[in-house]
Amino acid sequence: MATIQEKQQALIQEFELFDEWMDKYNYIIEMGKSLPTLPEDKKNDDLLVPGCQSKVWLHVEKRDNKIVLSADADAIIAKGIVAMLIEVFSDQPAKEVAGAQMKFIEDIGLKDHLSPTRANGLISMVKQIKYYALAFSA
Amino acid sequence: MAYNVHDIRKQFPILNQEVHGQPLVYLDNAATAQKPLAVINAISDYYLKYNANVHRGVHTLSQRATDAMESVREEVRVHINATEAAEIIFTRGITDSINTIAYGMSNRIHQGQNVVITAMEHHSNIVPWQMLCERTGAELRHIPMDEHGELVINGLEDIVDHNTAIVAFNHISNTLGTINPVEEILSRSREVGAWTLVDGAQSGPHAQVDVQSWDVDFFTLSSHKMYGPTGLGILYGKRERLEAISPYQGGGEMIATVTLEKSTYAGLPHKFEAGTPHVEGIIGFGAALKFLNEIGIESISAHEQNLLEYATEKCSKIEGFRVIGNAKNKASVLSFVVDGIHSYDLGVLLDQQGIAVRTGQHCTQPIMDAFCIQGTVRASFAMYNTFDEIDSFMSALSRAVTMLR
Ligand SMILES: Cc1ncc(COP(=O)(O)O)c(C=O)c1O
Repeated sequence: MATIQEKQQALIQEFELFDEWMDKYNYIIEMGKSLPTLPEDKKNDDLLVPGCQSKVWLHVEKRDNKIVLSADADAIIAKGIVAMLIEVFSDQPAKEVAGAQMKFIEDIGLKDHLSPTRANGLISMVKQIKYYALAFSA
Repeated sequence: MAYNVHDIRKQFPILNQEVHGQPLVYLDNAATAQKPLAVINAISDYYLKYNANVHRGVHTLSQRATDAMESVREEVRVHINATEAAEIIFTRGITDSINTIAYGMSNRIHQGQNVVITAMEHHSNIVPWQMLCERTGAELRHIPMDEHGELVINGLEDIVDHNTAIVAFNHISNTLGTINPVEEILSRSREVGAWTLVDGAQSGPHAQVDVQSWDVDFFTLSSHKMYGPTGLGILYGKRERLEAISPYQGGGEMIATVTLEKSTYAGLPHKFEAGTPHVEGIIGFGAALKFLNEIGIESISAHEQNLLEYATEKCSKIEGFRVIGNAKNKASVLSFVVDGIHSYDLGVLLDQQGIAVRTGQHCTQPIMDAFCIQGTVRASFAMYNTFDEIDSFMSALSRAVTMLR
């Protein structure tokens, strides 16, 4: 099982393959399309991540000391972004998630590339994940 | 004289830039228009040569600034054909203008009366009235809209009745582009003695309005949508109406006499202009009006109409493309959804290709609810947009749709 660090590195390398941001977005969109949808009854308002421009539902569970994430979004780019977070953080020990350095978002340039309102949405998603991870590792 | 869009573009240096490596195509004009050099220069001229507080000093700079500001008031009067310059109030924007009237009417309206708006108002022409109704117990009603985004006015007699205190509505919808039947609504309102307010946010840059021929009580414009500076609005009101209501802000400039116990208000227009006004904005707006009138609002709107028709036809070839707002009379706004695709995703991918559009609810949530949609993509056109830009927009949109499907 790859560590959070290794997973981030792998994503950074994927993004380095593309010169054009349209292609990077295409990759994000494809990640979004391949993320399974959440059943309707799981899309509760209390799972909505605050501060996102589109609706993002994020479900955080703990199984055998590991964080298990599932998510959905009504816009596909937001879904692609949350899919990347799942790729990096899901199935990882809660303690590791709580203390992880989030470098890939900066390294792939996504943070600088998003408008401030969208970047806030992304920060909220990460906060939400870490918040649960911290609670679960206590 | 033929309409020369390339000459016009030279007056807007901001348009000449790249966004994400692509030439900028600015199609968010209904949110705010870009500013021509004439406006930018007028503002810097003011700060370089005659910045001073107005109405307060006998010194030369103060006189010059005051004269410049007051001559803009007169130019606005001419522009909308008001009777006298004192009926032109400088506000912070349309939102401020509407709040001024809604608050000012607090003592003139009571339970049993009603306020009428329409189903297609900007939040700034909804919320102040809701607040007024909450304060006074009056009822808020609205004129409904059909599936084309046109107001349904055949039931107007039942909605606007003898208990209607004011009817407030937009001339042109910022979300649908619908040009509303202003004169019919005004005429019914007059019949029952209701006051009237027209929100001219979207008509300012596209249509010539004559407030006397409309016989409207209040009319409001927003400088930043008319190629002028932000933070300035125009509130026109008939003298007898403005005299009948109280100001909602007190302070300097708006008083005749002040003792520590009691003050009396100054006359029009100062009664509604508390504090140091937005002098640079007013001077810049004067330059914008002159610029607009030199090109001619009619030529501009003819050009925009051509762009709108061209864009609507081109985009309709995209599978799943659906225009929101198919009114017969429409101005310069193309709002749409593409089935199965979130407007936000389209907005992001259009931006990546240099195209600036607005996505979302456009401060008109009730319209979204009526059409059962989350939001739209809105392309809105201005005097400087070109057919080539529509082509770029169209191919960027096709590419985005292909990626998102
Ligand atoms: C129809 C309409 N009314 C009111 C407003 C608000 O105008 P302002 O920005 O001047 O407050 C807008 C601007 O978005 C608008 O489009």
